[in-house]
Amino acid sequence: MEEYFASGHTACAGCGMPITVRHALNVLGKDVIVVNATSCLEIVSSAYPRSAWGVPYIHSLFENSGAIAAGAVASLRAQGNEHTKVVVFAGDGSTYDIGFGVLSGMLERNDDVLYICYDNEAYMNTGNQRSGSTPFGAATTTSPAGKVRHGKMQWKKPIAEIIAAHQIPYVATASIGYMADFENKVRKAKDMKGARFILALAPCVTGWNYDSAKTIEIAKLAVDTGLWMLYEIEDGKFKVSYKPQQFKPVADYLKMQARFKHLSEEQIKTIQEHMNKAWAEVKQ
Amino acid sequence: MKKTVEVSIAIAEAVKNCEPDVVACYPITPSTHIAETLAKFYADGELKSFIATESEFASISAICGASAAGGRAFSATSSQGLALMHEVVYAAAGMRLPIVMVVGNRALSAPLNIWCDQQDSVAERDSGWIQLYCESAQEGVDTAIQAFKIAESTMLPVMVCVDGFYLTHTVEQVEVPTVEEVRKFLPKFQPKVKLDPENPISMGEYATPEYYQGFREDVHRDQLAAKSRIVEVDKEFEQMFGRSHGGLAQGYRIEDADYVFAGMGSVIGNAKEVVDELRAKGKKVGVLKIRSLRPFPGEEVRKLLEGKKHVAIFEKSYSLGSFAPVYADVINSLYPLRKRPFVSSFIGGLGGKDVPTKTVHEVFKMIKKREPLEIWI
Repeated sequence: MEEYFASGHTACAGCGMPITVRHALNVLGKDVIVVNATSCLEIVSSAYPRSAWGVPYIHSLFENSGAIAAGAVASLRAQGNEHTKVVVFAGDGSTYDIGFGVLSGMLERNDDVLYICYDNEAYMNTGNQRSGSTPFGAATTTSPAGKVRHGKMQWKKPIAEIIAAHQIPYVATASIGYMADFENKVRKAKDMKGARFILALAPCVTGWNYDSAKTIEIAKLAVDTGLWMLYEIEDGKFKVSYKPQQFKPVADYLKMQARFKHLSEEQIKTIQEHMNKAWAEVKQ
Repeated sequence: MKKTVEVSIAIAEAVKNCEPDVVACYPITPSTHIAETLAKFYADGELKSFIATESEFASISAICGASAAGGRAFSATSSQGLALMHEVVYAAAGMRLPIVMVVGNRALSAPLNIWCDQQDSVAERDSGWIQLYCESAQEGVDTAIQAFKIAESTMLPVMVCVDGFYLTHTVEQVEVPTVEEVRKFLPKFQPKVKLDPENPISMGEYATPEYYQGFREDVHRDQLAAKSRIVEVDKEFEQMFGRSHGGLAQGYRIEDADYVFAGMGSVIGNAKEVVDELRAKGKKVGVLKIRSLRPFPGEEVRKLLEGKKHVAIFEKSYSLGSFAPVYADVINSLYPLRKRPFVSSFIGGLGGKDVPTKTVHEVFKMIKKREPLEIWI
């Protein structure tokens, strides 16, 4: 099989982001244009004069991928090209925070773009600062574990729900720990028209601070503990993709990562209750 | 055929007749009528696409994406809109995307002010964009068309600067070239590189210190090389349509003038009128119109101003804490001369402060002095 994201990029050993990109591109094939927000992905894949990309690739800025993609697809269609897909790869900093206004515009216009956010839950390119995606309790360099405040004290922004509120044709969450599910979602979104959004959990070895051999295990555990819910919202209809028969304790996931090592048993309990409540509210 | 029309509408029609693949706009006074008119063309099926964005930042980003994907792309903005675009303005030039943007010149906050000056586009002069400042309604229309040809043959973005309200909102008799006429002048956009799955390339890569400066120097060299292209395109336009607008810089009754009023944009019209009045009284006065701020026509300005007694540079912008930008560029250009004219800096018209012919008269009176002045008038 032809690969469109080549080895030789400079991502850290065990990084979840290139796994996300490589598998998505394997599904999408060669007739795509990739738009990339400034992120680790851009840095590890596009240091002039080298490139890891076997498909056309454009990086512009941190916060404008949604608009670059909107313009690119409008341009292709205006030139009579009805087949080439435009896909965005952006991190959570760009998606949840700095590029959110631009993304919201793209969604509201229902531009014919597949937007894939690889979510590693902090600004990893600048060295692990909190983002809107950083989960409750996680220590980052701008939400450090101190004597009074113990990591990020706010809950993660429910971005997939916010995006779904734009009434676009397809929203899904995924985890690289469940690769077949992720690939199926990319396959489904590929041939749909309009704005499609996939949020893929992609662990970061250095930011989350764990053994680099455990990336897939952690990504799987996020789902198995119920902290990362796999679902689709297709034409407004919500459907859980996979529910573990029995959830593992959230502590199993948290204790594998040094970003949570400062948490007290009480704080872990708070996270467990939050997770239980989220699932209790799900209409299945 | 000439018609009587608001200039923004005429500019929008000229842009439509350039057959852009993508137009992306966000409303901001005084450029809004350009966006609205293009939106109506799209609604009527006369434009291939129109993206009504959620911000100016998104508009310029969208046309960058459109251009990278091989399409001809356009936007229009003003003031705060251009300031919001700032980050992308630099990126567009660095990525060599030949997009065209009309700026309806307007003051920048604070204080909030919707009226004309040129601080907005002048603040972007170091970005790598070609900037052309228009004297008249007809020049605005014609320069919008010329801009695509200049941009696409130099792979540099072009900003067409038209004074807010003075040009954007006046109703004048203008001639708008038809689609058929524009097709004869402006070849189809066929970029050598674009985002194409058949021939994948990477655009907007990051560059280490080993490479970065070289990219920036390339833009500078190509800016300087674009000087001849701006002149050529204006001549080609004249051959086809019988109108030229002065290439990079143009003198008016300047050959034997001792005293010269220099500036950019619509103020040049008033200056020419005053010069005609004073010439009728035997005064040796002239006008220098600077049409291209970037690339700056240093040699051309030097040739036009050599031997003059006193030159007044009138500007609707300033570099707060330093000098007026065009004044500084002119001073630089004159430096190699052994005998230099006195050069005075006049700052006026900020935030829409009126610049009637009376003001031009005052300027000519003040530059009789044998010393350089800086006057906020």
